[in-house]
Amino acid sequence: MPQPFDKLTAVAAPIMRGNIDTDVIIRIERLVGNSARGTLGKWAFGSLRYLPDGSENPEFILNREPYRQAEILVTGPNFGCGSSREGAVWSLQELGIRAVIGSSFGDIFFANCFQNGVLPVVIGRETVDQLAAEIEATQGAGRISIDLETQSIIAPSGQRHTFEIDPRRREGLLHGLDEIAMTLQRDTAIRAFQAADRSARPWIHFAGPSA
Amino acid sequence: MQQPGRTMLAKIWDQHVIARISDDTDLLHIDRHLLHDLGGSRGLLDLKSKGLEVHNPELTFATPDHAISTAHDRAGTSKVGQDLLAALRVETSASGIRMFDVDQPGQGIVHVIGPELGLSLPGCTIVCGDSHTCTHGGLGALAFGIGSSELTHVLATQTLVQRRPKTMRVRFEGKLPFGVTAKDMILALIGQIGVAAGTGYAVEYAGGAIRDLPIEGRLTICNLSIELGAKVGMVAPDETTFEFLRGRSYAPQGAMWSQAVEAWRRLPSDADAVFDREVLIDVETIVPQVTWGISPEQVIGVDGRIPDPRSAGDPVRAAAITTALDYMGLVPGAPIAGTPVDWVFIGSCTNSRLSDLRAAAEVARGRKVAPGVRAWVVPGSENVKREAVTEGLDKVFTDAGFEWREPGCSMCLAANGETVAPGQRSVSTSNRNFIGRQGPLARTHLASPASAVAAAITGAIADVRSMGR
Repeated sequence: MPQPFDKLTAVAAPIMRGNIDTDVIIRIERLVGNSARGTLGKWAFGSLRYLPDGSENPEFILNREPYRQAEILVTGPNFGCGSSREGAVWSLQELGIRAVIGSSFGDIFFANCFQNGVLPVVIGRETVDQLAAEIEATQGAGRISIDLETQSIIAPSGQRHTFEIDPRRREGLLHGLDEIAMTLQRDTAIRAFQAADRSARPWIHFAGPSA
Repeated sequence: MQQPGRTMLAKIWDQHVIARISDDTDLLHIDRHLLHDLGGSRGLLDLKSKGLEVHNPELTFATPDHAISTAHDRAGTSKVGQDLLAALRVETSASGIRMFDVDQPGQGIVHVIGPELGLSLPGCTIVCGDSHTCTHGGLGALAFGIGSSELTHVLATQTLVQRRPKTMRVRFEGKLPFGVTAKDMILALIGQIGVAAGTGYAVEYAGGAIRDLPIEGRLTICNLSIELGAKVGMVAPDETTFEFLRGRSYAPQGAMWSQAVEAWRRLPSDADAVFDREVLIDVETIVPQVTWGISPEQVIGVDGRIPDPRSAGDPVRAAAITTALDYMGLVPGAPIAGTPVDWVFIGSCTNSRLSDLRAAAEVARGRKVAPGVRAWVVPGSENVKREAVTEGLDKVFTDAGFEWREPGCSMCLAANGETVAPGQRSVSTSNRNFIGRQGPLARTHLASPASAVAAAITGAIADVRSMGR
């Protein structure tokens, strides 16, 4: 069940390189095993955050103050493209990130965010660039406020931007709704569909080796 | 008023709607759920912890592929990989889910075994906790990758809540030139329209060059849909599809087969169907492709030169080129051919099927892997491995100095410890050249199986057309 999200005012870190893939967000070997969750914050953005000798890369934004406290990422286009690994969202969450703002996101990453109570905000590329510039101009001191109820962002300059979001997704995040429980309320319809489909498309339901 | 034509996506989608959730979002029935070792047991344990049971175990199938070693006897599978395999066995057995285990016919990379066993069928919805699930669209299925939470949702309900994607049709027209493969077609497309072009879309691949492709080539094309940004890629089923599926162990038989084929013939998009975006590619202009950067869109013809950030035009693009060249250790303006390589990997859900191994073996036959190059062939499944051995392909590879391995994902994503060493350069038939994908600081060039063998033999990125046979 996702944690609810309504409002957030926080430090935001711009990571503006385009096409940051989920392999870059979290390497696969950190996710192998059923007990990886809870250990991932340290490994988020590992290839950017650490130098080959394992020490912190001082150049990387999340290794600098005040960005270490960031709860929002302002991202370049197509952030979260690539693999379906939900660990990408878990690792961001464990790093303290609660919202990502960008002009576009990888489709599967985008869906995974909602499942975990992380808000992905899609706004125009120019607005994203402007937010990043304002944050950098204040060296991270300028915070960003997000209000999901009113679907708006307040930039460090005080300028207000609104964003679109699927009403169902919005509702789910505001209330931390459990999608499985909601779907199971429709189980009668699911079973009725399957019963009808068994005659319409028997080859789907009676699959078995033709030995 | 006459109804407008419908796309294949719309036809398959509508057939699976259980309930309308909102204007553009539906509760869809899932016909096939494929589990693998990396996320399968986690999903089943998650379900158990919620006090729920698998809704339709008979529509759920499992196999280990990601975390198991591909060494002989699976030697070298990590402790955590062994634990995942053990947990997959225990949890699938407890839930009554069919699992294709190691050394059994049916085991293999999940996107290889689905089509091979006839589990993946035209017009069906297929999901798996893996982004390359789009592969199965090569048979005319609506197939897409999901995360862990959606995976548990499917286990619990046999459904998913999904927003209807926009539609894009990519028509590949013309006759494929000598030395150019399905892999080169899709890499050329990604290079042309970019890795974000497909975001929010389901892509249908059409045109004469797609119709001419055998199913395994269509699976390769659809496999890289996610590298175009699209969760879904699909090809309309036709006689080639039906011939491929006929007699496969999980495909319908007898009267049910005829009934199914009749339904499948109605799936292709209507002639007057309208797509949100159309792209046309002339395949006769495509040459063998090789990536030079850290994103699949950073790709050129093997006869091309490495891009120069100074001639990039805009600063954002120039910075992206510089970042990629720094990581890849390449010199702008130099020809890509002749770049020395350390590793060659032939395998993955993109290019590990029998036809891929045949194409690779054709180039490898009677030749030797260059000194200093390590070259692996990892068949996509136990059945592919056995058929290849029957044809003597394993011997062709081992005689040439390749290592012949057991089926699995292996060095495509390096989740099982099989990695390219830091700073080493690999030519790989897989699907992602992301930073560190094949291991920390590993440098990956994506190419076709024939091009990969050409690199192994010459010890450098090479134009397979000059090794013509």
